[in-house]
Amino acid sequence: MPDTAALGWIDIVVILTYLLTTAYLGWLGYRGTRSAADFLVGGRGTHPVVMAISYGATFISTAAIVGFGGVAGLFGMSLLWLVFTNIAIGILLAFVLLGEPTRRLGHHLGAHTFPELLGKRYQSRAIQLFSGGLIFLFMPLYAAAVMTGGSVFAATQFGIDFEVALLVFALITAAYVIPGGLKAVMYTDTLQGLVMMGAMLFLLVFTYASLGGIGEAHRALTEMADLVPAPLQEIGHRGWTAMPAFGWGSERYDLWWIVVSGIILGVSIGVLAQPQLAVRFMTVRSRRELDRAVPVGAVFILLMVGTPYLVGSLSNVWFAQHGPEIHGQLVEPLDSAHDHALIQPMVQDAQGLWSTDPARQPLPLIVTSRSSAHDTSGAPITLISGRASAISAVDGDADRIIPAYIGAALPRWFGVVFLLALLAAAMSTMSSQFHTIGTAAGRDLYERIGRGRQREPSLMVMRLAVMVGLLIAVTISYAVRQEYVVARFTAIFFGLCAASFLPAYFGALFSRRATRVGALASMVVGMGVSLFWLVLVKSKEAGAIGLVQHLTGGETSLLAGHPNWPMVDPVLIALPAATLTLILVSALTRPPEPAHLARCFPEQRTGD
Amino acid sequence: MLGIEDPWVWLAYLGSILVTLICVLYGWLRRDTATDELSAEDRRWALEEQQVEDALR
Repeated sequence: MPDTAALGWIDIVVILTYLLTTAYLGWLGYRGTRSAADFLVGGRGTHPVVMAISYGATFISTAAIVGFGGVAGLFGMSLLWLVFTNIAIGILLAFVLLGEPTRRLGHHLGAHTFPELLGKRYQSRAIQLFSGGLIFLFMPLYAAAVMTGGSVFAATQFGIDFEVALLVFALITAAYVIPGGLKAVMYTDTLQGLVMMGAMLFLLVFTYASLGGIGEAHRALTEMADLVPAPLQEIGHRGWTAMPAFGWGSERYDLWWIVVSGIILGVSIGVLAQPQLAVRFMTVRSRRELDRAVPVGAVFILLMVGTPYLVGSLSNVWFAQHGPEIHGQLVEPLDSAHDHALIQPMVQDAQGLWSTDPARQPLPLIVTSRSSAHDTSGAPITLISGRASAISAVDGDADRIIPAYIGAALPRWFGVVFLLALLAAAMSTMSSQFHTIGTAAGRDLYERIGRGRQREPSLMVMRLAVMVGLLIAVTISYAVRQEYVVARFTAIFFGLCAASFLPAYFGALFSRRATRVGALASMVVGMGVSLFWLVLVKSKEAGAIGLVQHLTGGETSLLAGHPNWPMVDPVLIALPAATLTLILVSALTRPPEPAHLARCFPEQRTGD
Repeated sequence: MLGIEDPWVWLAYLGSILVTLICVLYGWLRRDTATDELSAEDRRWALEEQQVEDALR
């Protein structure tokens, strides 16, 4: 089992050194001239490597590493499609297609936040208020995912309670974001990004090397397909190196819809409409800087998400070869060629007699030995010993797979370094999350509420919003501990952003015909359909919220009797609905004034 | 291929590496193609941005 030795003094020294270095870099930023805006004011651009790594460090967090890495440990390498789409959409498409238009539009209109960009483009205070409100309300959910990911790792690594780890994590976050860490200090983000890259590279190489190389490691994982727990097989899990079974109308296909629609699609598309990422494009000096940042951004994402998804999947092989031995009695043989069997775990008492472990269900494992033993009645039994997959080692809790693997397989010093990498990943993401929450509350809501007059920016409102957001995030992390919750919270937020913002954002950048009413309607429809689906149809979330049970007399979805529908992600319904709304309502409403369009797109001639 | 039998999975594996290479190639080919000018408007925007950030310090 994982080495969960208590926190040693060396661990504390290493962590404190890192925190002090980050604090020092943050202090340099606090004093003056290290943010992207500072570079621009000084007439200089940010180095493309710095820009790309800073963007990537904001994008990738403990949610991706611990949360989605754990989901890969549970569901397998089908998650690699998320690596592909994160690079193809999150980097290539975002930088090439959205980067320059966003930068130009933001600068033409003098917009500094994502809601302000939409509000000014559509000349609508309502759109800015709506977007700011949505960010303020739901960004804490994403922050909670990041916090839970870091806290689960720290708890597993140091053998402390999750609640204690969460409290420490929350205090570090508060210390980081409240006094000055909200400023996007490029060099701090870059340092954090480099720490993350180094840790991931080591983790990847170590994992493949310890399992006999790339081909050998994958082959071993392929041969473990029959060790997938039965409940996962029933919903279409066909092994860790295979896509889930695809189809419609049967629970055998549930997993495909969970993985592809819920995990891959929502996050892939949602990244394009992440407020904290879109504003980064405005801080760039030119198109050339964006072009030059693409390669580093892609390599960064490949390492940062590719590694945890591969390692998460392969951790099953490591546990099956080197994990703790489990003893029990045969329930049924599985793959006799590879000596796989389903066993009922047993425990040994002080007299050396064996009895069924009441806390554990039968689990599949690779048999390592058979021996004669006696049960508590004195009857002879054949005791089977063997090793199980990572899923079994963490009792199905996907969020613990990566922490358990690091704790058990890697050297102790790496656990501390990895924790620092996770802290880096968490802080760089959270500083931008809370920056966005603060500006949404202060600039987009407070300054805009009140009959169209602009109020003075309120520092107090922004700080208060950050603290409220932090409190909400910690409360969510503390209260909600369910199956792969880290990845689910992230996917919910990304999907919500995609459905609510993406059509209006694309319309703002590329369409002269998209209207204010069309954009607002599409945002309302996108958010409304997403929330409706989450609260009443998508069974995992709807079941946890509980309202649907009252309406249906105990079912966890309005569509409980229709297989696969309760697994379909809201984004699959809400995004097309919002897009259609934008097109139809814009076609029926008055187009924007030519003078305003000329201000938004001075590069294009009117009537193009 | 690569010890993975499902073509959809090794396609994702190789596709991730391939799309990274495409990004590297794109950045290399376009490294000096686009213009790199800082307009007065860009500078004005950056000054305002600095004020927004300073408010949060």
